[in-house]
Amino acid sequence: MVLRLDCPHCGSRPVEEWVYGEVPDPPDYLTGAEERDVDRGFMMSNTEGARQERWFHAGGCRRWQTIGRDTTV
Amino acid sequence: MNEFIEAQVSFGWEDLRSSYDVVIVGGGGHGLSTAYHLATRHGITNVAVLERGYIGSGNSGRNTTIIRANYGIPEAVRFYQRSVDLYSRLEEETGRWIMHDRKGLLWLVHGTPGTRHERARSIVNQAFGADTVYVTPEEVRQICPDVDLNAGGGEFRVTGGSYSPHAATARHDRVVWALAEGAMKRGVHVHQRAAVTGLLKSGDRVTGVLTDRGPVAAGVVVSAVGGHVSTLAAMAGVRLPIRTHPLQAFVTNHYARSFRPIVASAGMGFYVSQTPRGEMLLGSAIDRQPSYSYRSSYEFLSYCSLPAVTLLPFLRNLTILRQWAGVCDMSVDMSPIMGYTGVDGFLVTTGWGTWGFKGIPAGGEQMAELIATDRTPELIAPFSLNRFKEDRLLFDPGSTGTTH
Repeated sequence: MVLRLDCPHCGSRPVEEWVYGEVPDPPDYLTGAEERDVDRGFMMSNTEGARQERWFHAGGCRRWQTIGRDTTV
Repeated sequence: MNEFIEAQVSFGWEDLRSSYDVVIVGGGGHGLSTAYHLATRHGITNVAVLERGYIGSGNSGRNTTIIRANYGIPEAVRFYQRSVDLYSRLEEETGRWIMHDRKGLLWLVHGTPGTRHERARSIVNQAFGADTVYVTPEEVRQICPDVDLNAGGGEFRVTGGSYSPHAATARHDRVVWALAEGAMKRGVHVHQRAAVTGLLKSGDRVTGVLTDRGPVAAGVVVSAVGGHVSTLAAMAGVRLPIRTHPLQAFVTNHYARSFRPIVASAGMGFYVSQTPRGEMLLGSAIDRQPSYSYRSSYEFLSYCSLPAVTLLPFLRNLTILRQWAGVCDMSVDMSPIMGYTGVDGFLVTTGWGTWGFKGIPAGGEQMAELIATDRTPELIAPFSLNRFKEDRLLFDPGSTGTTH
């Protein structure tokens, strides 16, 4: 059985309809404008555990949604 | 003869000391290869390799064991060809049979853009030392008669490809154990079930590691961690351009005939080879969103099997025996990252994604040279972490063998 998510606009839909997305999260200790830009462009926290992501509902309402996910399960 | 290589190697397990010249975190192929080359090439043996599970329990024991150098950019062809050469001498050097089998690789394409790409790949390969040649559909048929040149009723018609005679496979846990034995015979300590829980720091400098068996001081700490590397790097204050994605693979039951070349199709998104046991080993794309989960999925079996039975119809008669997953440190430009991190005392060999096994000998050799001489060897200079800041990315996704 495919995993289903509850979309606030479309109701229960298969997860394949969404496209994974993320939010750049440069850490506070990076203060220089250039190093923050490099971090936003290439680096990621790659968090092991619970994190907030932005997924795009490409096969449904075509809106960006914030989704919480635990990457260890 | 006991088939388990653990039963054949001759060394003792030592107690963890409180200090080493070099501490390598991660007892997979790259960590052990770095230790092996430090000991054999540079006489540096006050070295510890710390492994949280057992050696080879991460991606070194979960990959599809393909060794090849048919990359699309000069830096990568040069590096991987070095690794191909070192692999072919590893049995003689270590005295251990790693089941190295040079069987060649067919990289098939289905359409004009792919054909053009494989012609370019052959030219770049030959210019930088790999023996890849462009092949026509007729030559594909001669090399591997099992391929359906009119696959999918013509939808995936084979229009050509490239052939790399140098490509090989080897038994992955034998590689890991041969390197571990070679290093340990010379005095290197390998510690299994020794989890690194933190880093010791003095100012901005990394001076050792915290383990579940106590602190260990180190002249230099090298991260040879696989999928979990970002967590360790964060402890040092190092940011990495890495996402951790699961990669799955499966094997079928025994196929009674010999299937010689490794066959890959990036367009159809799968690759296949035969294991020494006769099983057909198939791999495909990484799971699309990052995750640290080792779960296998039915979805993977289905999207990997369909193109496979389309291109190689004989696979229809086989059944799937088992499947597994590993978590891969995928760098954003699909090339590895080796060397300095900007934090003193902390080096990385990472970003090995889905292409790490083939890089084990050269990666370890070059990292060992970097540690011993404190200078970045010319071969891996392009693969530094600095390349992202300096906008010198080594983007080569078409050569990774998986679709991303």
